[in-house]
Amino acid sequence: MKLYKKRDVAIISAAATKCGEHWDKGLKDLAWEAGVKAVEEAGISGKDIEYLVVGNMSGGMFVGQEHIGALVADFLGLNPIPSLRVEGACASGGIAFFQGYMAVASGLYDIVAVGGVEKMTDVEQEHATTALSGAMDFEWEAYFGATFPGIYALMARRYMHEYGLKKETLAKVAVKNHYHGSMNFLAHFRNRISLDEALYAPMVADPLGKYDCCPISDGAALVILAPLEIARKYTDTPIIVKSSAMASDTLSLLKRRDICTLDATVHAAEKAFRLAHIERSQVNLIEVHDCFTIAEILAIEDLGFAKKGEGWKMCDEGQTYVGGNLPVNTDGGLKASGHPVGATGVKQIVEIVKQLRGEVERGRQVNNAEVGLAHNVGGSGATAVVTILARG
Amino acid sequence: MSHIAPPAHWRRAKERYRLLGSKCENCGSTFFPPTKVCPKCRRKGKIAQTEFSGKGKIYSYTIIHSAPKMFEKYTPYILALVELEEGPKVMSQIVDCKPEEVKIGMDVEACFRKLFEQDGEGVISYGFKFRPADNSWKTSY
Repeated sequence: MKLYKKRDVAIISAAATKCGEHWDKGLKDLAWEAGVKAVEEAGISGKDIEYLVVGNMSGGMFVGQEHIGALVADFLGLNPIPSLRVEGACASGGIAFFQGYMAVASGLYDIVAVGGVEKMTDVEQEHATTALSGAMDFEWEAYFGATFPGIYALMARRYMHEYGLKKETLAKVAVKNHYHGSMNFLAHFRNRISLDEALYAPMVADPLGKYDCCPISDGAALVILAPLEIARKYTDTPIIVKSSAMASDTLSLLKRRDICTLDATVHAAEKAFRLAHIERSQVNLIEVHDCFTIAEILAIEDLGFAKKGEGWKMCDEGQTYVGGNLPVNTDGGLKASGHPVGATGVKQIVEIVKQLRGEVERGRQVNNAEVGLAHNVGGSGATAVVTILARG
Repeated sequence: MSHIAPPAHWRRAKERYRLLGSKCENCGSTFFPPTKVCPKCRRKGKIAQTEFSGKGKIYSYTIIHSAPKMFEKYTPYILALVELEEGPKVMSQIVDCKPEEVKIGMDVEACFRKLFEQDGEGVISYGFKFRPADNSWKTSY
């Protein structure tokens, strides 16, 4: 039996930097930019913040910097509050949010800042890829020549074999995400691409080509949480955190029950929907972790919006565009909007918040969105965080 | 991949050379890579070492075109998830097979190969790769 009563939590402000190659900005500058935007939007002072959680995957390997919690607290002028860096590979940002949410929901803190930051382009791509490969089982996957695109390609190939997915549908996912990204001022890539460009791009790991893979980006995002009962003091449009749930699975793909399903996503989604008392049919838009195009299709299924083996049909028919039955990745997803790994989970939440408030650019705004969902994955599916947000 | 210390190669060498996994003597489940606990039986389980036959089928595969430096000279190479006849799956390269010939369901068998060389100190790592089963006569490789 639980001994405490959970408090309702709201997001009172949300901000993100542009994603991309920020040659003029370091890790601290990016965190600062997102932090200042969020604090100003909430109309609070740094002194009001009681606790800081920062998602960061590999400051150590990307910029030779660890101890990111205290570093960001110091740079944002938040000392001496407790500050914490959390790491769960590409799900670091989602986990940071989950931690911050627990801190407010439990009643321990009122005003909590949840950030995510990653500076990836200071190192050569070879080195960045090495850092990222730490998210898989090093001894039994990377050691034998596996790469991240390779691991997702193994999922894609098996999925094609079992469910009749064609490479053309994968390409359609990329085309859709670039289309959404083209309208997002903060996106890493703002160019639209044609189906042929995506389909005939150079191979990375067959069947995944260049446009099936997300980029390496710099970026940061930060949201500020408060108990719902006082949230209106800071904003007219608080966004309610209906639930945030997290689950784990085997680090390596070879030990999975089924490589075409991310069980961590299934478990996190089931829990998130149960806690939120919300049905799938009430959700107006979703932000999913499309590190590779196949991942978007698997996410749609594993979150429960389509049966296993049928999610690709939604993408094929264009139902995932803004204006479709279920808009997916309205900011361009990881593919076009960018994937600053530790920041991504928070950046997705920023996108949902802006959508629910009706604040995004024309053309990619989902009309009258009431409920949105963010889905963040670490590695090839060892960690998943699902967060459901609703308009207050 | 960053620098790998010689002991890190050595610790896993037996398992990588001979395809050693583990088996729960309580429920009969087999595991690769070897585990220390049976997730089904927990404390009641009894884990023992077991050597796999090396026979299996390709469960899924990809052709890697863009690889880390130490694997670059092998590109394009086939990376596969091989389902062993004893049940567990392993991730491995498929050799003695052209990329256009590989398919899901293909019978393969383990062989002993060089995996990669690291720059600098010259530690060469070895381990299993798989090749098409009907190629078993090609021992000269």
